[in-house]
Amino acid sequence: MQGLNDFGQMLLSGASIGCVYAIVALGFVLIYKASEVINFAQGDLMMLGAFLGYTFIGVLGMPFLVGVGLAMLCMGLVGAALDRVVLRPMVGQPVFAIVIITIGIGFVIRSVVIVTPGWGTETYTIAAPYAGGVSALGGVTVGNEHLAIIIAAIVLIAALYAFFRYTTLGLAMQATSQSQLAAYHVGIPVKTILSMIWAISAATAALVGVLLAPVTFVHVNMGFIGLKAFPAAVLGGFGSIPGAIVGGLIIGIVEALAGFYLPQGFKDVAAYVLLLVVLALRPQGLFGQTAAKKV
Amino acid sequence: MHVPMQTSYDEDIRLFRHRVAALWYALLAAAVLAAPAILGDYHLLQLSLVAIYAIAGVGVMLLVGYAGQISLGHAAFLAAGAYGEAILRAEGWPFLLSLPAAGAAAGLLGLVLALSTSRLAGLYLAIATLAFAFIVEEVLTRWETLTGGSFGLMVGRITFGQVTIDAEWKFYYLAVGLLVLALLGALNLLRSRTGRALTAIRDSEISAQSLGVHPARYKALVLTISATLTGVAGALYAHRIQFITPDQFTILMSVELLVLVVVGGLGSLHGAVLGAIFIVVLPQIIVMLRDAFAISSAYQAGLDAGVYGLLMVLFMLYEPRGLHGRWVKVKLYLDIFPYYRKATFRRQRLFQKSERLR
Repeated sequence: MQGLNDFGQMLLSGASIGCVYAIVALGFVLIYKASEVINFAQGDLMMLGAFLGYTFIGVLGMPFLVGVGLAMLCMGLVGAALDRVVLRPMVGQPVFAIVIITIGIGFVIRSVVIVTPGWGTETYTIAAPYAGGVSALGGVTVGNEHLAIIIAAIVLIAALYAFFRYTTLGLAMQATSQSQLAAYHVGIPVKTILSMIWAISAATAALVGVLLAPVTFVHVNMGFIGLKAFPAAVLGGFGSIPGAIVGGLIIGIVEALAGFYLPQGFKDVAAYVLLLVVLALRPQGLFGQTAAKKV
Repeated sequence: MHVPMQTSYDEDIRLFRHRVAALWYALLAAAVLAAPAILGDYHLLQLSLVAIYAIAGVGVMLLVGYAGQISLGHAAFLAAGAYGEAILRAEGWPFLLSLPAAGAAAGLLGLVLALSTSRLAGLYLAIATLAFAFIVEEVLTRWETLTGGSFGLMVGRITFGQVTIDAEWKFYYLAVGLLVLALLGALNLLRSRTGRALTAIRDSEISAQSLGVHPARYKALVLTISATLTGVAGALYAHRIQFITPDQFTILMSVELLVLVVVGGLGSLHGAVLGAIFIVVLPQIIVMLRDAFAISSAYQAGLDAGVYGLLMVLFMLYEPRGLHGRWVKVKLYLDIFPYYRKATFRRQRLFQKSERLR
C-alpha cells in the first residue's frame, strides 16, 4: 500500500511539473505550427515573465491576479515586438538562421534581466495567496502550488482549444499554420496573425513563469526549464498541440519516477534519454504528421 | 582583377586557385612561424587558444557549414577529447598515442550519436544532439571514479619522449601545426567526392539522394569526422587550461562553437579560423568596453551574454555569411570597381521550403 501511495504521489507531482513543460512546449508548438520558427528563447521569455510578475506582485504590491494579468499583457507585447523587429525580416530564410537568432534573443533577454537594477542574479519568490497549504486527494497529498499549476494548465488548454476552434481569429490562425500562402490569398492578414501568435505564446510563457515561482523561485537560470520542454515538444511531434501536452506530462512523470526509483543523477537526464530512444524508434515523435515531399 | 582561365578539370580542385593566393598564404605562414620571436607569452597563449578553437571550428564547420546539419551538442565531443586525453595521460600513455586516442574516443561517440540519429534531420537532429550533450555532461559529473566528478581532473604537461612542452612557444607551434593538419585534411576532404556529396546533402537532401548519394551514410561520416576533430581540440584544450571540470562543457560551450562558425562565415574554412579569432578576442573587447564605460564587474555575466546574443542576432539579420562573407564582398567590390551591384549577394527567400514535408 505504501508503495502504491508513493507511486501515486510521484505521479501527481510529476504531472504538475509535467504541466509546466506542457505549457512551455505549447508555446513552442504554437509558434512552430504557424511560422515554422523554433523559438529557443521560450524558456527565457518565461523567465522574463516571472520577473515581471515578481515586480508587479512582490515589489509594487498589486493583487496576485492583477499582477499575473499585467505580466501576461507585457509579455504579449514583448512577443509581438520580437516578431515584428527580429523575426519578420527572417521570413523565408533557412531554419538554421532562425535557430541561431532565437538562441541569440534568449541570451539578450538573460542579459537584460541580469543588468536591470533590482533583478540581477538574486533569487526571489512571489507570494501567491494559495502557497504553503496542501490538499489531500484520496490518500495522496499535493501542495497547493502544484495543484494550481495543474488547474491553470487545464484551464489554459481548454481556453486555447475553444479559441482555436470557435473564434474567427483562432480559425484564421489555424489557416495560417496550414499554409501561409493560401491564408494570404483568402484575405487573412498573415503578418498580423504571426505577431499575435507570438504574443499568445509569450503570454502563456509569462503565466507559467509566475505559476512556477512558488515551486522553483524566480531566478535568471529558471529559463533552462525551457530546455526540458524541448523533449516534451519533440516527443509529441513538434507540430501537434495535444502532442505537446501529452509529451510534457510524459516527461514530467518519467522524471519524477526516475528521481524516486533510480539512483541519483538519472532524474536530470531521464527526459533526454527518453527523447533519444523515442527519436531512434519514431523519428517524427509520437504524434508527428509527415507527408512525403514531391520533387 | 583575376580572371580564371581554366585549361584542365584539375584546376577546379586545386588547393590554391592561383599563384597570388599561394604567395599570400606563404606570407601568412611566415608571420605565424615568426610570431614567437615577436610576441610575448600572453599573446602567444591567446594565439594557441585561437588555434585550438579553430581546430574545433573546422570540425563544426564541416558538419554545420558544409553538410548543413545543426549540432547543439559539440561540447560533448570537446569534453570527450579533453577527458580522454586527461585520463590516458594519467595512465601513462605517450602523447603521440593519447592524442589520436582521445580524438578517436570523441569520434566513436560521434558515430554512436550518428547511428542513433541517422533518420533525423534539421530541427529534430539539433534537439537530439542537445539531449545527447546533456547526457554526456551528466555522465561526466556522476562517474566520479573515472572523471573525478565536479572536483575535476588535473592535466599534466605534454611530453614527447625526452622533450617536454614546457614553454609557451612550444605549445603554440604544436597547436598551430595541428591546426594546419586539420585545415589541409578538411580541404582535401572537401575537394573529394565526399566533400561534394556533403554540400549536395546540405543544399537538398532529396536531390542528393536522387544523384546516388546515400544521405544517412554521409551524415554519419561527417558527424564522426567532426566529432574527431573537436575531440582533438578538446585534448589540446585540456592541456591548455590544465584543469578540467564538467561545467566547462555545458550547452554554453556548444553555443559558443556555433557562434564561432556563424560569425566566421558558414561554408568556408577561412570562416572557422576567423571565427576562432573572434571568439578569443571578443571577451577582451568586452572587458575593455566595461572598463571604458566604468561598468561594475558585477554585470560581467550579463554583459557577456548580451554581447553574444546581440551579435548572433545582428549577424544573422545583416551579415549571414559572417566575417568571411564580408571579406569576399569587400574584395569583389575592389576587384570590379566601379561595377559592384548591391544585389550581387542578395539573399534568396525560400517561401516553399518546409521542414514538415520531407
